[in-house]
Amino acid sequence: MWEYSEKVKEHFFSPRNAGVLEEANGIGDVGSISCGDALRLMLKINPETEMIEEAKFQTFGCGSAIASSSALTEMVIGKPVSSALQITNQDIADYLDGLPPEKMHCSVMGREALHAAIANFRGEKWKDDHEEGELICKCFGIDAHLIEETVRANNLTSIEQVTNYTKAGGGCSTCHDGIEEILIKILAEQGKTLEKATSKKKKKLTNLQRMKRIEQVIASVRPQMLMDHGDIELVEIGEKEIFVNMSGACSDCQMVGTTLSGLQQRLIDDLGEFIRVLPASQLNKVMGGRA
Amino acid sequence: MKPIYFDNNATTMVDPEVVQAMLPFFTEQFGNPSSMHSFGDKVSSALKKARQQIQTLLGAEHDSEIIFTSCGTESDASAIMSALKSQPDRKEIITTVVEHSAILNLCKQLEKEGYKVHYLPVDKKGRLDLKEYEKLLTDQVAIVSIMWANNETGTLFPIQEMADMASDREILFHTDAVQVVGKMPIDLKNSSIDFLSLSGHKLHAPKGVGVLYVRRGVRFRPFLLGGHQERGRRAGTENTASIVALGKAAELALNHLDFENQKVKAMRDRLEKEILSQVPHAFVTGDPENRLPNTLNIAFEYIEGEGLLLLLNKQGIAASSGSACTSGSLEPSHVMRAMQIPFTAAHGTIRFSLSRYNTMEEVERVIQAVPPIVSQLRKLSPYWKDNAPVQNFVPTYA
Ligand SMILES: Cc1ncc(COP(=O)(O)O)c(C=O)c1O
Repeated sequence: MWEYSEKVKEHFFSPRNAGVLEEANGIGDVGSISCGDALRLMLKINPETEMIEEAKFQTFGCGSAIASSSALTEMVIGKPVSSALQITNQDIADYLDGLPPEKMHCSVMGREALHAAIANFRGEKWKDDHEEGELICKCFGIDAHLIEETVRANNLTSIEQVTNYTKAGGGCSTCHDGIEEILIKILAEQGKTLEKATSKKKKKLTNLQRMKRIEQVIASVRPQMLMDHGDIELVEIGEKEIFVNMSGACSDCQMVGTTLSGLQQRLIDDLGEFIRVLPASQLNKVMGGRA
Repeated sequence: MKPIYFDNNATTMVDPEVVQAMLPFFTEQFGNPSSMHSFGDKVSSALKKARQQIQTLLGAEHDSEIIFTSCGTESDASAIMSALKSQPDRKEIITTVVEHSAILNLCKQLEKEGYKVHYLPVDKKGRLDLKEYEKLLTDQVAIVSIMWANNETGTLFPIQEMADMASDREILFHTDAVQVVGKMPIDLKNSSIDFLSLSGHKLHAPKGVGVLYVRRGVRFRPFLLGGHQERGRRAGTENTASIVALGKAAELALNHLDFENQKVKAMRDRLEKEILSQVPHAFVTGDPENRLPNTLNIAFEYIEGEGLLLLLNKQGIAASSGSACTSGSLEPSHVMRAMQIPFTAAHGTIRFSLSRYNTMEEVERVIQAVPPIVSQLRKLSPYWKDNAPVQNFVPTYA
């Protein structure tokens, strides 16, 4: 069992400001269903005074995710936008008398939702397209910017802590080198060095080996799809993505997304690199559109 | 109100009769069974009796085929390591993607040491493809290790048939039967199974005692070296009290097999039927046709399991979940992932596992408790609105 503080339990069992806020003029949707957390934060902000007058939330997630969302709404109601933006994930955790280390990412998600909702109110697009920072953890979509910010704000010193706070590195673990680089850089600024280097170098596959492996993985999922009266065909292999054609019963069933993400996870496991699986219809969009 | 324990696949209560049977072995009968005096003698006969009780429950041909160990995990590791050591020319292992971590983490380590491990996949109902299995059965394979029943879903694999297929090709076959022993009849003398693991705490005996069955004639290499206990097959002074307890528990389990497969199953079936009829967007995971009589694993879509467990626990109901958050890892259970359960459902899987100590009244209380909790959490969920899932919630970072 997790050791949740009384405050966390109390906010989970009697969440404040849960539900839909119809008059919201700032909405932030963040999180990821694949990692088990998602949060919609709805704010009603007075356009004249920029005061947050009301806040509500909806959360898909564990007890501490719900408690963090609830705490966040209490913390921002009655605050001007400018000071709400100062709230850190640590503030949210402190408000709840602390969170277990593995659950710190819940407080990070709260802060993200707040920034996203305020950006939405201002008619800005929240920096979610990772232009600011290079995308580091592709499994959970965490960029360098967020990792850096979190490392600095919480004085993190290990990959494990970064994973606890941001989820980065908790999936296929191919990004551990990238996280380590960030840690080394920030620690160096503080005159410190990273304690234990956990990076392990993987042998890179040749193009031919890589193609073969991808084909094998696809062949291994086909029997299941044929059983469900569908089929899958490999169309193109790119550097960071592959494109497939789904046909038969699979092409329009609601499970397409699931099937693709399942296949993606298998490829990541098998190749030891991050790879995205996309429907062939996106072939031109992605390959052509890349700068 | 008395708490309700529906988490018997995690561990079980020690039967009070079992406790009574083991108590004398801490005090009056504390002797070492190897000693050449009356203190040891009595204990030695008690161990013999326990061994026979296990033999009867498993339908083994000889009591010498029973080796007492410290847990299911040790039994699993002993079987696999023995097969590898006794056949140094064979470098492959066949297992499944849904095994308990006792097997999976051992296999991961063995891969690092140069062994090739074949992990059989499962379909969406958690079933294996025997044709695919057949293709892997070559003379390179040292051992096949397949769980009899899955601890999360209760899905039963066709172990008899799979053992026959391995035996036809003279390949050793091990089954992790930790979840099956005491719940289903077993008749090892009429099977091709070479090794079988069981664990005491899953059948109303204490934690920290297990058994590895090794068919007579199968070459065995001990995992723990030292004294000559267990005929040189498992060194270390016997955990006498727990072994006596396990023997008693085996006897009681045999007496309750019908109860398990009728009364316990009826309770499980009622729980399943009522929850499914009252809660929309919920489904049973695994293979309902081939399943342990006590296990029900339900996926509640669009909510997260940890919240459900916390709210159930508040009402005194204990169950478990395959959600990421309860395990401390960031991803939902490997069993749910292997069955390609959508993420929106995999995080909301709850396992109810019953035992002969549960009652129909408790089932009714759980039936009352679950639907309101699910709707309460769905009201909180951004994937849910007005009694139906929403399609247009697409959070950033998804
Ligand atoms: C299928 C299975 N195998 C092995 C084990 C491990 O047994 P033990 O806890 O006795 O080591 C368990 C119990 O958690 C199990 O469910």
